[in-house]
Amino acid sequence: MINKLAMNSFSGDQSFKFILLSSAAFILMLVAGIVITLYYYSSLSLSTFGLEFITGSTWDPVSGEYGILPFLIGTLLTSIIALVISFPLSLIITIFIGEYFTTGMPNTLMRGAVELLAGIPSIIYGFWGLFVLVPIVREFQILFDIAPYGVGIFTSAIVLAIMIIPYSASIGYEVIGLVPKELKEAAYSLGATRYEVIKNVTLSYSGSGITAGVLLSFGRALGETMAVTMVIGNSNLLPGSIFGPGNTMASLIANEFTEAANELYLSALFETGLILFIVTAVINILGKIIIKKFVSGTK
Amino acid sequence: MGSKVLKIDGLNVYYDQSHILKDINLSFAENTVTAIMGPSGCGKTTLIRTINRMHEFTHGARTEGSIKLYGKDLHQIDPILVRRKVGMVFQKPNPFPTMSIYDNVIAGYKLNGFKLSKIEKNSIVEGSLVKAALWDEVKDNLYKKGAFLSGGQQQRLCIARALAMNPEILLFDEPTSALDPIATDRIEQLINELKAGLTIVLVTHNIAQAARVSDYTAFLYLGELIEFGTTKKMFTTPKNKKTEEYLNGKFG
Repeated sequence: MINKLAMNSFSGDQSFKFILLSSAAFILMLVAGIVITLYYYSSLSLSTFGLEFITGSTWDPVSGEYGILPFLIGTLLTSIIALVISFPLSLIITIFIGEYFTTGMPNTLMRGAVELLAGIPSIIYGFWGLFVLVPIVREFQILFDIAPYGVGIFTSAIVLAIMIIPYSASIGYEVIGLVPKELKEAAYSLGATRYEVIKNVTLSYSGSGITAGVLLSFGRALGETMAVTMVIGNSNLLPGSIFGPGNTMASLIANEFTEAANELYLSALFETGLILFIVTAVINILGKIIIKKFVSGTK
Repeated sequence: MGSKVLKIDGLNVYYDQSHILKDINLSFAENTVTAIMGPSGCGKTTLIRTINRMHEFTHGARTEGSIKLYGKDLHQIDPILVRRKVGMVFQKPNPFPTMSIYDNVIAGYKLNGFKLSKIEKNSIVEGSLVKAALWDEVKDNLYKKGAFLSGGQQQRLCIARALAMNPEILLFDEPTSALDPIATDRIEQLINELKAGLTIVLVTHNIAQAARVSDYTAFLYLGELIEFGTTKKMFTTPKNKKTEEYLNGKFG
C-alpha cells in the first residue's frame, strides 16, 4: 500500500517535471524561431543593400529604393522626447507611492490609476491622441506660427510619454521600496528632513534601479505601434522638425506590409523589423541587467 | 553626580490602540551611562525613540506626558534640532553604502546642506574618528566605501558619524547585538570613554553588558518601569521581585 503510494507520487513528479521542461523548451524555440524567421526573410534585403539600408534616407518602394534612416530617427526622436516628458512625472509618482503614501487611500488610488494607465489598449491612446490631443497641438502651432499639422513627432511623443509612465513608475516604486529602512533612519537620526532623505538617501541609493525602469520604458516606447501610427503623420521623409510629421519603424511596417507586392519590398520591411527587434532587445536586456545588479546590491 | 540632562515625566506612548509605555518617570544625569534593559517587546526601543522623536515615523504613534531636554519641552523644539542634539546608534551598523568613510562621518552636515570648508571638514572627520577609536584603522582609507569595513568597524563609523554632530545625548539601541565578542568589547570600552563628553542611554538585551558599562539601570517590563537606580545597587540588591527574577535569568 505504502509502496504503491510512493510509486504514484514519484511518477506524478516525473511527468510534472517533463511538462515543465517541455514548456520551457517550447518557449525558447519560439523566441529562436521568431529571430530566425526575421533574419531569413530579411536576407534578401540585407544582401542587396548592406549598410545603405540604415544610412539611406530615401524610402521609395516604386523605384526600389529602401533606406530607413527617416524611420530610425523618427523612432529614436519620439521615444527620447517621450522619455524626457515622462521621466519627471513618473519620478513624482514613484516618490508619491513609494515614500510619502506607502499605505492608505492615496496609495491605493494612485497605484490603481497607474495600473489602469498600463491596461488601456494602445488603439484607445491613439484614438484619444488623434481627436483630443491633435487639435490642441494644432491650436498651439497656430499660436506660435508653426505649420499647423497637429499630428507629428511631438504629438506622438506626448501620447507615448503617457503610455510609458506605468513602466518606469511601477519599477520605480518597487525599487525605492527596497531602500533599507535602516539607512533612512540613519539619515533622520542625523537631523535630515524628509526632502533631504529622499534626495540624498532614497534616490541616490535607488538611482540605478530607477534608471533601469526608465530604460525598460524606453524599450516599450521604441516598439509602440498603433497609437503612434495614428498621430505621427506617416511621412516617409527625414523629419524637418519635431513639430512636423514623421514616421517610426514600427508604424512603417504596420502601414506598408499589405502593400509589399514584391519580394524585395517585403524583405526590406522584415529587415526593418529585425533592426527594431535588436534595438529593443538590447535596451531591455540592459535594463534587466541593471535591475538585477541593483537587487543583488540591496541584499 | 551631574545635573539632569533629560527628564521624562508621566510618559505614555501608544501605537494605534496598543499602549506601549505606561507612565514612565525617568531622568538621565549628565556624563553618565544609563542602561535600559528588559525582555523583548517591553518598550525599550520605543522609549529611546521618543527621546529623539524618531517614534513619530511609526504610523499611529501618540505620546502623553513630558520629556524635557535641559528643562525645555522636547515637543516645543523642532524635531530636526532635537535629532542633532540627541544622536542615535542603531542595532545594525548602517553606514551609507554609497558614501566613502570620510563622507559618512560628515554625512549629517552633507544631508543638512551645511557648507563647511575643507579644513573644518578634515578636523571634524579626524576628531570624530579619533573619538570613535577608529582613526588609526581607517586613516589611510578615508576615501574608500564604508561598506568594506568589518561589522565592528562599521558600528564605530556610525558612532563617529553621530559624534560629528556634537550631540548632548547619544542613544545606543542594542549596538552590539549584531557583533562578535571582540567587537562588542571595543564598543563597550568606547562607551566608557565617551561618557566624559556626553550623556549616554544604552538599550540592551544583555544583562552582563548593562552591569559592565552603565552607571544607572532602568528595568522595563511590559511597558512599565519596574525599577530604576544605580547599577551597582540594582544588581546586588534589587528592590523588586520581578527585577530579581529577570537578573537571575528566570525569564527574558
